[in-house]
Amino acid sequence: MVRYIANKFFFMLVSLFILISATFFLMKAIPGDPFTSEKKVPAAIQERLYEQYGLDKPVYQQYFKYLGDVVQGDLGISMKLINQDVSDIISQTFSASLKLGSVAIVVAIVVGVLLGMLAALYHRKLIDNIAMVVAVLGIAVPSFVIASLLQYVFASKLHWLPTMGFKGPLYYVLPVAALTAQPIAFIARLTRSSMLEVLHADYIKTAKAKGLGWMAILSRHVIRNGIMPVITYVGPMTANIVTGSVVIEQIFGIGGIGKQFVQAIGGRDYPVIMGITIFYGILLMLARFITDIAYVFVDPRIKLTKGKEG
Amino acid sequence: MDTNPIKVMPSPADLRPEDFRKIGTDEKEAEVIQRESISAWRDAWQRLRENKLAMTALLILIVITITAWVAPWLVGKIYGYNYYTNDLLNTNAPPSFSSTHWFGTDDLGRDMFIRTWTGAQISLIVGLAAACIDLLIGVIYGGIMGYFGGRVDEIMNKFSEILYSIPYLLVTILLLVVLEPSLGTIILALTITGWINMSWIVRGEIMQLKNREFVLASRSMGAGSGRLLFRHLLPNAVGPIIVTVTLSVPNAIFAEAFLSFLGLGVQAPVASLGSMINDALTGWLYYPWRMLFPAILISLIMLAFNIFGDGLRDALDPKLKK
Repeated sequence: MVRYIANKFFFMLVSLFILISATFFLMKAIPGDPFTSEKKVPAAIQERLYEQYGLDKPVYQQYFKYLGDVVQGDLGISMKLINQDVSDIISQTFSASLKLGSVAIVVAIVVGVLLGMLAALYHRKLIDNIAMVVAVLGIAVPSFVIASLLQYVFASKLHWLPTMGFKGPLYYVLPVAALTAQPIAFIARLTRSSMLEVLHADYIKTAKAKGLGWMAILSRHVIRNGIMPVITYVGPMTANIVTGSVVIEQIFGIGGIGKQFVQAIGGRDYPVIMGITIFYGILLMLARFITDIAYVFVDPRIKLTKGKEG
Repeated sequence: MDTNPIKVMPSPADLRPEDFRKIGTDEKEAEVIQRESISAWRDAWQRLRENKLAMTALLILIVITITAWVAPWLVGKIYGYNYYTNDLLNTNAPPSFSSTHWFGTDDLGRDMFIRTWTGAQISLIVGLAAACIDLLIGVIYGGIMGYFGGRVDEIMNKFSEILYSIPYLLVTILLLVVLEPSLGTIILALTITGWINMSWIVRGEIMQLKNREFVLASRSMGAGSGRLLFRHLLPNAVGPIIVTVTLSVPNAIFAEAFLSFLGLGVQAPVASLGSMINDALTGWLYYPWRMLFPAILISLIMLAFNIFGDGLRDALDPKLKK
């Protein structure tokens, strides 16, 4: 077990290292630097600035300094927002994104599993068909289309919900709905197929044969085994929701990291782009790491010896 | 007891020579196949044809593809403008069939009908090109992994796992920030990690197939690795490969739309469905048609590809069907 975790952890670090290195060298590949601007700067000042920020040193030295900085949580300074540390920008905007993201993850899992369960229990009935239509639509329609549509219908036309902003519980409804449409669809499909499989398994027959009540069978056997594949999806889903939030925050005017990211890309604010990329990378790789570990704890059938991918 | 409809067999003692009939001695006749033999492909095609939903999806895809190339050209010929001609007297015109702008115009007076369909062209090109490149790299990489196994497999697999664990859209965004966005760089950025999934599918298939008797037979007749891989192993793995390609097209289309949304897609005046939706977002509450048509079209394309891919999977692998 310890070896498995250590192995996973090691590869997470390797991936992270590659991501950070890639961002650094890509940043270096862009012509110009933070101090080439339209305004003419005297050569002496330019030199002083280079010295101040270590840009006069050879690239490999800058690289190691950057690695060291990133490890210490220093992601550099913004080029567009004067005197703003990238890490400050991230920590200021993270709370809104975190709130939105965590609500979305919980909603996606609860609704997705419920929908999938109902579909499996009422296999080939009306509920099943409805659930599967919802699932197909959720996978096919891009999140930003859903977001715009919801905004138009529920906020602009019906005035039931606020159009923009992030001030209270009501403000969560539309962004969360848009953000979770695809994960819900995925989870519902996963749960449905695995529950159908479980429902036909021999141990369910055994449980029935020994006279266990339907509720007990459902809660103790079917659900516990049926939602197993959903756990593997939690990692990818986090990635989905995080990247999805980039667009959703923009549409609903939520001041989170995603909105900051879009602005940075629009303004080509490279340090911010790189910083947020690394931050997202750390977040997503951690989510995947935790998922891998959690899966082993939940499903004792997984073999640990070879560190096999689930 | 006489009402029993089953005829009672006479006991062997009652049988006389006349009760027996000669039915011929030609053993070959018993082996003759009465009906025309059906190849695996025709079998799959028949199963697919019975799947009405998948066939509808296929039809929709064909119609959309043809329209995407014919409609802008035809309408442009008739009314004499193209996707970037500005009709500045008619900006943000609502859709109407009585005017020349059937889907209305955008904020620069460009015709939405032509833009929507040329946008569909771009989306389809990006989706198909990315899927094809993924296919090429994935098949070669996965084929080598699966065929050689052992050390080679371990190293190559670890490499792809590490690459895969770096979030897909982040790498793509990063690349497009650095490279100038154009159709080519977008496709490149989409395929940089997109092929991994395909390589794993191919690897799994090859690993299952390579221990089968027909491979041994071919090997014992002196077939080399290349011949085994490309003539025997890959053709047998073609079913799952086709399904994966079909399902990776909508992913690429979505990713392109997503990138366009961040301003990293094709650059103006060229439009893709994603960039049109992004452009429409600012005035969306007042000019909903600017969003509606591209949104419907992109959803329809993705829906059709997904449904067709699912249908294809059921048809090619009946074991999987639930």
